[in-house]
Amino acid sequence: MTIVLNDSPPTESHEWIKREGDNVRVGITDHAQSELTDVVYVELPKMDRLANAKQAIAVVESVKAASDIYAPVKGTVVEINKALEADPGLINREPYGQGWIFVLKIDNADDLKQLKDAEGYKKQIG
Amino acid sequence: MSELAQRKTPLYDEHVRLGAKIVPFAGWLMPVQYTSIVEEHQAVRNNVGIFDISHMGQLIVEGAGAREWLNTMLTNNIDKLDVGTGQYTFLLNERGGIIDDLIVYRVDEQTFLLVVNAARTEEDFGWLERHRSVAAVSAWNIDLTNRSAEFGGVAIQGPRMAELFHALFGKDLDLPPRNEILDLPFDGTTVSVARTGYTGEDGIEVFFRAGDSAKFWNAALEKGKPFGIKPCGLGARDTLRLEMCYPLNGSDLSPERNPIEAGLGFFVDLTKPNFIGREILYRAKENGTRERLVPFRMKEKGPPPRPHYGVFQNGHRIGEVTSGTLSPSLNWGVGMAYVSAGHAKIDCQIDIEIRGQKFPATIEKKPLYKK
Repeated sequence: MTIVLNDSPPTESHEWIKREGDNVRVGITDHAQSELTDVVYVELPKMDRLANAKQAIAVVESVKAASDIYAPVKGTVVEINKALEADPGLINREPYGQGWIFVLKIDNADDLKQLKDAEGYKKQIG
Repeated sequence: MSELAQRKTPLYDEHVRLGAKIVPFAGWLMPVQYTSIVEEHQAVRNNVGIFDISHMGQLIVEGAGAREWLNTMLTNNIDKLDVGTGQYTFLLNERGGIIDDLIVYRVDEQTFLLVVNAARTEEDFGWLERHRSVAAVSAWNIDLTNRSAEFGGVAIQGPRMAELFHALFGKDLDLPPRNEILDLPFDGTTVSVARTGYTGEDGIEVFFRAGDSAKFWNAALEKGKPFGIKPCGLGARDTLRLEMCYPLNGSDLSPERNPIEAGLGFFVDLTKPNFIGREILYRAKENGTRERLVPFRMKEKGPPPRPHYGVFQNGHRIGEVTSGTLSPSLNWGVGMAYVSAGHAKIDCQIDIEIRGQKFPATIEKKPLYKK
């Protein structure tokens, strides 16, 4: 699977995104979950809401702090991961799998080009 | 202190070796966690954990007039202290506001050890030094020294602490009783062991020469293995103390808050004729205060409360959260808040505003967590 990672400053967010046709699935990276640790609450975006690129639309809370999760591109929320409400620890255990957070229907496919690729991200955190 | 120069405790290299996540705290580079705050928290509740507390300050006050003078500087009554015992107390400003909360030990007839918060060590020392230097006091021959840099320290906390104590110091040695401090031989050196802590579990705090820090830390981790010991960071220290409603200076206590409104009048002896802030605390006790610090618990599963969230009742703002987290023991959101005195009653229903939305909570009794 292709993971495109968004680390656009100044948010220093650490979302991954996965292209699925006209949609992108969004979660946080393994590095981000290990920095947060012990995710205890996830505030999901409302279904069908519109989001601008870099807009905070979800919140991941650890014991220590609350972190905003950003929409990587402009789009509409078409899926949310309800399983996180009962088991927020999924983000720690399976950040790239069952721990996904939401799916956006992309407004404009060209917006994706602005995001860094996984290689660039690895360099940044390495 | 330069903002750039974060100091390292003598255990810094050990933390790095153990893979700790290091954060700046009160001017020090401290471990916030090694593996997981929740795991470290549970180790202390169920077994035993060890914390680096080398960043805390040690001030020594000694001399013929030390007892009498300190009793004018601190809120609790030092006359109650026998040699080898300690008490929780406050250092107040002229407005009755809290400069620091600390433990004072009477280590000798005329010698007192003050164990103070890292962030306040310099300020405490400066405040005490200024008051010691005034003419009326300078005749009392009191020495005040900041010995913080000479000492390292750890807190060993949890139900299996006593077993670890005996593994470290020998089967025949007795633990000091609660709030007492004792010098004990350890591997060719002498360490001070105080029966106290900040977690609600049975525990000790051990102070040693800075150069002995790594030796003691590693011995405790090694001998603690059979008891399930974990090194624990500031994250677990915070969740553990909050479940017990122990205040954190800088969050729940500040120079703008006095011990009466913080609900800590027990550690203020108003029968003492004279100490800094006494008149204001006397009036606060007689007339009540505008606000009170109260513990609360969320009524529903939801986002954990955090410092600075607003507290409401019937849509009116009545206060602000000063500490909040998801309690690992209860798996529930808990916190402490200053609320207007009229609402500061057990079972009072309040709302915590989190990102624009109100979540119901109930004011509770201390502590928030009981075994």
